Amino acid sequence: MSDALPAAGFDVAAIRAQFPILGETVRGKPLVFLDSAASAQKPRAVIDAMSGAMEHSYANVHRGLHWMSERATDAYEACRDGAQLLLNAPTREEIVIVRNTTEGINLLAHSFGALLKAGDAVVISALEHHANIVPWQMLRDRAGIELRVAPITDAGELDFPAYEALLQDGRVKLVAIAHMSNVLGTVLPAARIVASAHAHGAKVLLDGSQAVVHRRIDVQALDADFYVWTGHKLYGPTGIGILYGKRALLDAMPPFMGGGDMISSVSFAESKWAETPHKFEAGTPPIIEGIGLKAAIDWFLALDHAGMEAHEARLTEHAIARLSAIEGVRVLGAAQDRGGVVPFTLANAHAHDVATLLDRAGIAVRAGHHCAQPLMGRLGIDSSARASFAAYTTLAEVDFLANTLERVRGFFK
Amino acid sequence: VNQAAGTFDEVRDLYQAIILDHGRNPRHHRRLEVFDGHASGDNPMCGDRIAVWLRRDPAGRIADLGFEARGCAICVASGSLMSELCRGHDAAEVHALSDAARKLARQGHASASEPWLADALEKLAPLSGVADYPSRVKCATLAWHALEAALRPGDTQHGGKVSTE
Repeated sequence: MSDALPAAGFDVAAIRAQFPILGETVRGKPLVFLDSAASAQKPRAVIDAMSGAMEHSYANVHRGLHWMSERATDAYEACRDGAQLLLNAPTREEIVIVRNTTEGINLLAHSFGALLKAGDAVVISALEHHANIVPWQMLRDRAGIELRVAPITDAGELDFPAYEALLQDGRVKLVAIAHMSNVLGTVLPAARIVASAHAHGAKVLLDGSQAVVHRRIDVQALDADFYVWTGHKLYGPTGIGILYGKRALLDAMPPFMGGGDMISSVSFAESKWAETPHKFEAGTPPIIEGIGLKAAIDWFLALDHAGMEAHEARLTEHAIARLSAIEGVRVLGAAQDRGGVVPFTLANAHAHDVATLLDRAGIAVRAGHHCAQPLMGRLGIDSSARASFAAYTTLAEVDFLANTLERVRGFFK
Repeated sequence: VNQAAGTFDEVRDLYQAIILDHGRNPRHHRRLEVFDGHASGDNPMCGDRIAVWLRRDPAGRIADLGFEARGCAICVASGSLMSELCRGHDAAEVHALSDAARKLARQGHASASEPWLADALEKLAPLSGVADYPSRVKCATLAWHALEAALRPGDTQHGGKVSTE
């Protein structure tokens, strides 16, 4: 699929040339990777940074008095600066390095949750990933808080009046909500969500796992209290994610896990915590992954973002038009503002069967409940297939998906 | 654009005509009103779900077996084939069949010690293609896990629950 059509000056072919894996074949067919919302492929810059770190500058961080440790510490800590820049966070101390989005949300449910009391409420939405449902249910069950679910409309958008109604009694202390749906691609009106929450005394966590890949994020403009995302969807490595939190909130929260690196002093009588953000970062951190994430952020920030957003919008529009035109195909979601995620079902065929046939043609899509079973229930389905796009996706790949899906339809007719 | 409808010859080993037929038109796809064994199973990673009800005659042989599945063609077809093959067999025979069926799905082949089991395995042969698709093996084995749970003595009102994980 190298015959990429340049969209609005965005040079997809040049992007693709930086991703070694895109030259791979699947059972003799070119790889058509349409599963980037699950995890994105890695550019050469990330691969080289990680292997380079292991070859030239590796040691444990934050503790060594030797040259190599200092060098590794500087390289690792640079990812905190990168994340600060990516999110436009006011200070680097507000960047907590975690393992992934899931760990970031569990951290908050534990440490922000420790500040809540029985009778307080947390609001989530009907389109959350399991990662932003289960930790709050666990908090509910141990702390006696109430968990409220803001509904969505048939188009897959947040039902804003219903959301605001949930805030009215002033008991909501936190709104934990996706910035962009991993299933429907809906981009939620984050700034309005935050403004309403603040007007009613609630803090806001935005789950930016998807949004950070497709939109430029400014936590100060959004006035988000917390913003969490994971490295591997942003063309970086697995095993590292970022939780941004406003300094005063992070300072007020107790630590998450105990151990080395999160203390300032330890005796058998008591231990004193390190300062924010280190008090949330127990144990040896993901050093190689931090260096890889810094490379991913640098690579990502150097992209032409207006061009990329236009390109992804064109891919999404084209995919919706092509897939919808196929008899028996239903494209899910009709949000006004949506990112490069196109979920669909095919009549007479289960999503897994569709995915297996697409796979035989070299096309990778996700199929199943997308870790969002409550949303599947709201949509009245058990599962769907999902094509998702990245900076390296081409219009030709979208056409190939549509043409192959026509053949899949014939197979299961 | 080649619309040579649904060639995909390369997946015919997985989606044999019998699988497609049973997947589209599952036999005994109903819950039993009167039953003495019941269990449900799910595959939490992919969301497939199945429920099995069975009724035994006084001699302990399966007199009736019904199931309901929400899942892919492999999962539904496996349950449908199972519903056809278990009738008339007692618990020990059903266990032997269930073991053989799961082995067939995992390894692509299974051996039979008795003629009736050899016959049954022949009818299950279309499931053997799944062995070449590691991510789909669980789709084929889910129904049999649920059947095993339904055979276990216990709370027949609510049934046991099993999971492929």
